[in-house]
Order: sequence, then C-alpha cells, then structure tokens
Amino acid sequence: MRIPCPCCGPRDRREFTYYGASDYLDRPAEGADLEAWDNYLHLRDNPAGVTRDLWYHDPCQAWLEVTRNTVTHEILSAHPVSEVSA
Amino acid sequence: MTNAHRIPGKGLLIDRSRPVRFAFDGREVEGFQGDTLASALLANGTRLMGRSFKYHRPRGAMTAGSEDPSSLVEILDGAQQTPNVRATVQEIYEGMQARSQNHVGPLNFDLLALNDLLAPFFSAGFYYKTFMWPRAFWEKLYEPLIRRAAGLGRLSGLHDESIYEKAWAHCDLLVIGAGPAGLMAALSAARAGADVIVVEEDVRLGGRLLADQPMVGGMAGPVWAEWAADELASLPNVRVMTRTTVTGAYDDGTYGALERVGLHRAPSDTLPRECFWRIVAKRAILTTGALERPIAHPDNDRPGVMLASGVTAHLAKWGVNPGRVVVFSNNDSGLQTARNLTAQGVEIAAYVDPRPVSVLEDFPVYANAQVTGTRGRLGLRDVAIRHAGGTSMIEARTLALAGGWNPTLHLACHRNGRPTWDDSIAAFVPTPGMVPGLSVAGAARGRFSTAACLADGAAVAAEALSDLGLTARPADVPDAEDTPYAIAPFWAVEAGGRAWLDFANDVTTKDVKLAAQEGYSSVEHMKRYTTQGMAPDQGKSSNVAALAVLAEATGQGIPATGTTTYRPPYVPISIAALGAGGRAEGFAPQRLLTSDAQTRSMGAPMIEAGLWYRPSYFPQGGETSWRAACDREVGQVRNAVGVCDVSTLGKIDVQGPDAARFLDFIYTNTMSTLPLGRVRYGLMLREDGFVMDDGTCARIGDQQFVVTTTTAGAGQVMRHMDFIHQAFCAGWDVRMVSVTEGWAQFAVAGPKARDLLAALGITADLPFMGCADIALGGVQARLFRISFSGEEGYEIAVPTRYGAALFAQLVSAAEALGGCAYGMEALNVLRVEKGFITHAEIHGRVTAGDVGLGKMVSAKKDCIGKGASLRPGLVEEGREQLVGLMPVNQGEVLSAGAHLYNESDPAKREHNQGYVTSVAPSPTLGCWLGIGFLKNGRARHGEVIRLVDGLRGLSVLVEVCNPVFFDPDGGRMRG
Repeated sequence: MRIPCPCCGPRDRREFTYYGASDYLDRPAEGADLEAWDNYLHLRDNPAGVTRDLWYHDPCQAWLEVTRNTVTHEILSAHPVSEVSA
Repeated sequence: MTNAHRIPGKGLLIDRSRPVRFAFDGREVEGFQGDTLASALLANGTRLMGRSFKYHRPRGAMTAGSEDPSSLVEILDGAQQTPNVRATVQEIYEGMQARSQNHVGPLNFDLLALNDLLAPFFSAGFYYKTFMWPRAFWEKLYEPLIRRAAGLGRLSGLHDESIYEKAWAHCDLLVIGAGPAGLMAALSAARAGADVIVVEEDVRLGGRLLADQPMVGGMAGPVWAEWAADELASLPNVRVMTRTTVTGAYDDGTYGALERVGLHRAPSDTLPRECFWRIVAKRAILTTGALERPIAHPDNDRPGVMLASGVTAHLAKWGVNPGRVVVFSNNDSGLQTARNLTAQGVEIAAYVDPRPVSVLEDFPVYANAQVTGTRGRLGLRDVAIRHAGGTSMIEARTLALAGGWNPTLHLACHRNGRPTWDDSIAAFVPTPGMVPGLSVAGAARGRFSTAACLADGAAVAAEALSDLGLTARPADVPDAEDTPYAIAPFWAVEAGGRAWLDFANDVTTKDVKLAAQEGYSSVEHMKRYTTQGMAPDQGKSSNVAALAVLAEATGQGIPATGTTTYRPPYVPISIAALGAGGRAEGFAPQRLLTSDAQTRSMGAPMIEAGLWYRPSYFPQGGETSWRAACDREVGQVRNAVGVCDVSTLGKIDVQGPDAARFLDFIYTNTMSTLPLGRVRYGLMLREDGFVMDDGTCARIGDQQFVVTTTTAGAGQVMRHMDFIHQAFCAGWDVRMVSVTEGWAQFAVAGPKARDLLAALGITADLPFMGCADIALGGVQARLFRISFSGEEGYEIAVPTRYGAALFAQLVSAAEALGGCAYGMEALNVLRVEKGFITHAEIHGRVTAGDVGLGKMVSAKKDCIGKGASLRPGLVEEGREQLVGLMPVNQGEVLSAGAHLYNESDPAKREHNQGYVTSVAPSPTLGCWLGIGFLKNGRARHGEVIRLVDGLRGLSVLVEVCNPVFFDPDGGRMRG
C-alpha cells in the first residue's frame, strides 16, 4: 500500500502512522455537550467502500486525510489536514 | 558408471566438462555443472528420492520445476538444514549434502511404510474419526505420535545465521515468466522504451522453448530464446531477474518475488541465500505458461511415473535418458511428446490414449486404452494397459502422464479472483481484470501453441504500453508452430486400487469420493477433509483433477464446483527471507547516549528504555548488588551531588508569534504567562480527557519555547502537537520540531550542585525553575534549574557532539566533591521519595485529578482534552487517587503491581481498593516506599490497608500517606 503524500509523492505505508477516522477533524466547540463529545470520541462508521481516515507521514510530519476504499484497497486521494479543515 | 543415464549431445544447461560431486544420503554422486539435484540423480539411475507424507510410499521427481509434489529433500550446510527443498529446483554444487526425508530407517526400507499396508484404515478423515476418545489422550499420546510419523523434513533447531536480503524495485512493466509469450512481451515493451523488469524462475530465459524446442522464426526454440535474452540484456531500460519466482500479487501493483541468490552455490559468509523482493509495477503481464497435470490411475505414484513435460524437460535441459517410456495421454500434446521423444532416440514402448485416436506412428499406439496399474517396488518396472484386446503388461522405466494443461493463473487469482472454466481446453482460465493492472498472455490464459503465445505476448504488451502512454512499434512476431490443441477430459481411470491425485499429501480418488459421500461436497470442505492441495506444492498439479473427481461424485459439474481460494505465496518462502533484516538490531535498533561508552567503561549494567540503553547503576569497589550501589548513589545525591544523563527525554522546540497561544491549547495549564527565562511544569491530556504526558516548558525567547516530554512519550507527543496544529489551528503562526537528538542533557543534583557548576566555570545564578543560555568552554549551552530528585537540581544541555566530553567533566567534578554518576535505579528511588510521577502512573487511564493535579486544568481557557475531562465518569467520587504507601513494619518489601485491600476484606477481586504502580527501597527513609492508586485515596491518609501480590506471595500491611514522602515543602530543591 502506498499513500501519495502531497509533500513527498507516493510513499510506502511503512512510513506512515495511522490515527483513526477523519471524524477526528470535527472537534466539538468549547462548551459542547457530552453527547457531542461521545460522538466525536467513540462513534464511528465502518463502511464497506469509500472511507476517509488520518495518517501521519513521519518523515515530513504532515497529517493527511486519506480517502480510500476498504473493499478494493484503492487509495483515492490524500490531502493535508491543514487544507481540509481550513 | 556415473551419468550412465544421459543421452550424448543433449542437455542445454549442463557443462559436461565440469563434473560436480555431491552427496545424497551420504553416498557420493557425480553430476555436471548446471544439473539440478533431480536431474543429477536421474542421470545416475536414482529414481527413488523420498517417501510420501502419509503412507511413506517410495517417490521420485515427477516434474522438472518448482511445482514438483514429490521430490522433497533436506539440504545440509553445516548448521544450516533446509527441509522440503524440491530436488527439481535445487541446483547442485561441489560438496553439497542432500538427504531424503520422511522415513524411519534407510530410504529403501522405511519402517513406516507399514502405514501403506494399513491404508484401508487411513482413509480421509481418519484422524478426526479415530483420535477422538478418550479426550485426554489427544495431547499426551495421539498428537506426539502423529507429529512424529508425519511432518516432512526437519530443521536443525539452531539459529539461522545465514545472510538474507530484502529489496524493493519499481518499474513501468513487470513481465512474470520468460517463455515465448513473456519474451515477446518484454521485447515489445523494451523496444518501446518502457522501464521493464523480467522475472524468470528458471536459470535461463525461454520457458518451454528450452524443453520442447519448437522452431521459432527459423531458429530452434532455445536459439531464439537466447537471441531474445541477448537483446534484452543489451537494453539499459530492462532488468532481467533469473532464479526468481514471483510469489504473490498484492495491492497497488505490488508483487512479492523470491530470488535464489546463493542457494545454488556452496554456502558463503558474504553471499545472501535468498532475497525477497517487493516489486512495484505500473502494469504487469503474467506469462507463466501452463502446468501439466497427471491422470489418476492405480499406483500412478511410483518413482519413474512422471509428467510428460517433466520427461522432455529433463531430456532437453540435462540430457537425462528416460529409458523405455510409456506415454499415457488424453490430448494431442502428449502425442506430440511421444513423437519428440522418439525423434531424440528414446524408445516409446507404448502410447496409450483413452480417445479413439487413429494415427500411424513409429511406436505402438493403444487407442481407447487406459493405464490400469504399475509394478516395481522402489521404481517403475511394468505398466498395465487395458485395451480392446485385453490387458497387457509392458516393461518400462518411465511412465509419462499427459492429462492436459492447467494455465498457471495463480497470481491472477491472488486478490480473491475466481477463474473461469473453459470447456475447449478442459481447464480454468483467468477471468479478465482479477488483479488491477495485471494482464495475462499466452499459455497462462489457455493459448497453447508457440505461435499463439508469441502473438499474444506482443498484443498484450501493446495494450499495456498504451496504458502507460507509450506506443509499441508494430510487432515483428516470428513464425512458429501453431498446432491446435485437442483434448478429451479424462481425469481418473476406473479400476481397482488406489489412484493418486495429490502425490504430496497422499490423497487418492477414493478419498475425494468418500469426502463427497460423507457430506463434504463443497470444494473447500473436501480440501480440508482430505488435505487435498495443502502440501508444500499447494496442489499445483492436482487440484483441478481433484475437483473434477469431486464434481463427478456430486454430479455438479466442474464450473459449479468451482475452485478453492488461491493465496500467496506461489512457492514456499523461507521465513528468514521474509524477515530479512528484521533480526536483532534490525528488529530493535539501539539508541545510544553520548555518555554510553564511558558509562559502560565504568562497569554500569545497561537496561533498555524503549530503544535507548541507559545505565542501571554504577558499581564501585566491593558492591555486589544493584541495591548496594543504588543506596550509595541516592545517599551521594542527597548529601553531595550526582550526575545523570537525561538526554532520552523528548525535546521539542516550538517557535513563532503564536507559540505561546499554541502551548496554552496543548497544555492544561497556561504557558503564555511564562516569563522569559523561566520554566514551568506542564501536563497534557489526550482528547478523551485522560493524561497523555507531562514535562517542562521553558521560555528561551519571546517567541521560542523548549518543551520536554517523557522518554516513552516523545514520538507520540510530537505527532500529537503536529496534529493539533495542522488540524485545528493551521492558520496560527507557529512551527515545531523535535530536537531530542540534537542536544545531550545532564542532570546535576544535590546540595553541592552549585559547587559543581562553579567548578565548570558556570556562574549563572538561576532561581528555581529558571533557565538561561550559557557559554561552556566556548560552546553555547543551556542551563535549566529543574529537579526530578527533590534536591537543588540543574540540567545542562549541550549540542550532542559535546555530550561525551561534558559527561566526563561532570563525573570527575562530581567525584571531586564527594558525588558520583547515578543510574536509573537511584533516579527511580529519588523520584519515588518525592512522589514524582512517570508513565508507571500516567498509564493512560488516569485523569489530572487522579494524580493530584486537577488544579492544573485551567478554568480560564480551553485545551485539548478539557471538554471530555468533564465527563461524569472522570470527575465522580470514588475514583482511584494517587497515594503514598509505607510498610507498617519497616523491614517489609513492597512490590509494584500488587493490589490494595481493606485490612478486614479478603484479597478478592470484588474487594479491590486499588493498586501499586511504583516502589523503591528508600535509604533516606530506611524502608520501602510505594506509590499507587487507591479509591478516594487522598481522604484516607493515615489509614492502614493491606497490599497483596499474589504472584510474588506478598501480603503486607501499609499505611496510606502523602505520596511526597521526603521534604514535602520542597525547601531543598528551591534552595
């Protein structure tokens, strides 16, 4: 598996550290209620198909949102989270 | 006479001027350079090479390739002992030691051949049916017995100290297999300028062109193959890898391949045995040809019974004379084999075909006939043929079976693809598109004539090149034979006696029928019930025939029966090759401190801290235990001064106009109010509200901070800070970088710490929790006044290249003041005496409140983890809180990992009150100290509870107290 790092080009997955679903980008605002925190921390879809998750490219320290297909194992895209959340 | 079974002038791969001596079962044999173990043995008249797995039947080579089911041997290289090596793949070298396997006693009189006589009892499912009762017998009796009797080859039991390699390669086009189709594809792609890798399992390119030697473009097959190989070798954009087998097709155009780098040579200290390649290809073409299959008939497993293609390959490549041959064939390729052999001077005693063939040949042809049995205890002697005129016994040394061809489509199915049945060739062919980016050409997709292979290779390459944006020149496909392939499906002879399907695992047609009869009629169930196809050869020559027999037994037909799942690897791969580079330091690299050399020269035993190696203690004369050294070191720190290398702590440099604001968001407490030149202890939470890590934060510039992390948390905290910045505040002007390895940092602690600094010429007068840039012998250094020991403490950081020199200076200056270097044991005692926490305490399930730092979560600002830290479960009454524990009887030992109970309760899980995280023998207080977590612990100081460690058999009464045992007001470290 290779992930196209926007900084470094296609790189082997051994260079990346996995974090979790891209839901982690939708951080509840300060003062959000407990349900919002529960959703943010714990509730995840488990799609058969296209999913988005977060990977850290250790050599360049970029956090990426990777869109991939859990059925075909295709990597569809990778964007820096700084652009996704901006 | 040596090499008596060779035909003069034949043998493309052998050099008759270079004899090679090796040993088989201790007996010296002479072959030629270029021989395989199988060809050398056959050429010397040895057909018996081993015993079968279950019945211990005599077996020999059946094929001339890696698919061979029967010729498994052990190769011995000193301590190295490689089992289950196929004699048909292993090339001989001078002095090679090979040993047959799977027998008790000599190969020609195996005591376990008794199993063969008991065969009626050993039908499919025998183990499941027989070894059920009594239940207790399985582990103690049945399993050891079965394992002894089965098991194939043996390992040496020693470490494999040989060299293995792994490597990566990238290309535009990967061509897998260099027969006519592969060579044509590779030539087309190479001429179009593509970056091409050609992988071939054999030692030479050509595939069946070498064995069958058809005319190609007016040349003999091997000559054309050599011409093509020369052109490929001359092109800079082509890499040719021989002795390499592609073993698996994976995601993203990645292919695994095993290269036999040194297995064909005498063992060497410098040459790897094998190299495991990961090849990443934009496109790939599978041109692996086809594998011939046998026909199941009674006693079709004797040494001397071979596949027709194996007979011709042994003759063409190594000049092996098969002797008198009977060919049993259901298709025209078998007939062609008989003609080829005759043309080369081999005597065909009979051509047997179940079809009503009507041909006039130079050898006897038995049409509408079948082979119904064989004779010859350790090697074929006679073949029984049932024909219109009755049954004849015909003397033969070799029986060549030609049951048709199965396209070698395994790799195309590795991504869970299912092949398609093609009635016209009675075989499965690849379903297009099973592996993205992989096309199949030639015999691997059922195009069997040489002309069809050449044309298909060029055509499929042209498609692949067009995908790559390259243009293939018009293909210059040479002329070649284009004989149609006619076959009548014929899988098994109906006659009494056992007819083998899977020669490696001893599965017969009877076993498969029995499986169907007993309800295991799905192909996956039949496979597991009979073990069909589960041997090292993975059923390459037998699976299709077995499912044909199953299809007939169930009446379902072959397409409906389907195949089992094809999985990598295509050939066995040694774990050593897969794990190349992953042993010892390749598995766990060593991170060494700048003080490492001196530390070891001082006799300090080293302990691992993650990948780091740190001194446990520094023994001095007369000290025989860690405890004695540790007590002394603690005393010297408390009374004089100690020096300790703390460079393993993570260090992150944070800079920018928004650095302070960013740190406020990361830490629970406020860093933006930290004045220049001051240090603050900081706590960070995970987003779920639990403590992630702790450390110090020093403001060394208006917009520059250096934060430290724990040794274990360094990587995690760096990733965390990067994530928070990039995900939530990418617009803030702040940048951070790990400088852990850029600085060597040493703690200097004790009442004489300031004297030691003065001895080094450092005169900075820092307040507690102050920091400053200093000059140290002309080197720019940093000085922090922080303490992890409870004494007046400093940490000096210098660029890493000066670390060793500074450590030496610090140690000698400390010793001059009555101090010493101290190790991890003393460091731990010092911090437990002060109740300082480490990752033993912040283990991922504790809140800031649990460790007594609840007030550090600022109410005035948001921070990572604050929202979730307010969840009811994290703030409720009754949580376990950090406490100190002291034995009621001073002499008693405490242990980490012990659990805490009320004195009156039994030590049972439901009464658990908490647990101990760290303990230390305190010379300062004269007893063992513990810290741990206790329900409502902070309200229970003074209470006596029981500490129980079931593993170590401890039960100790302890008094709950403040975790800061020593100098609770901190007067000593504030100075």
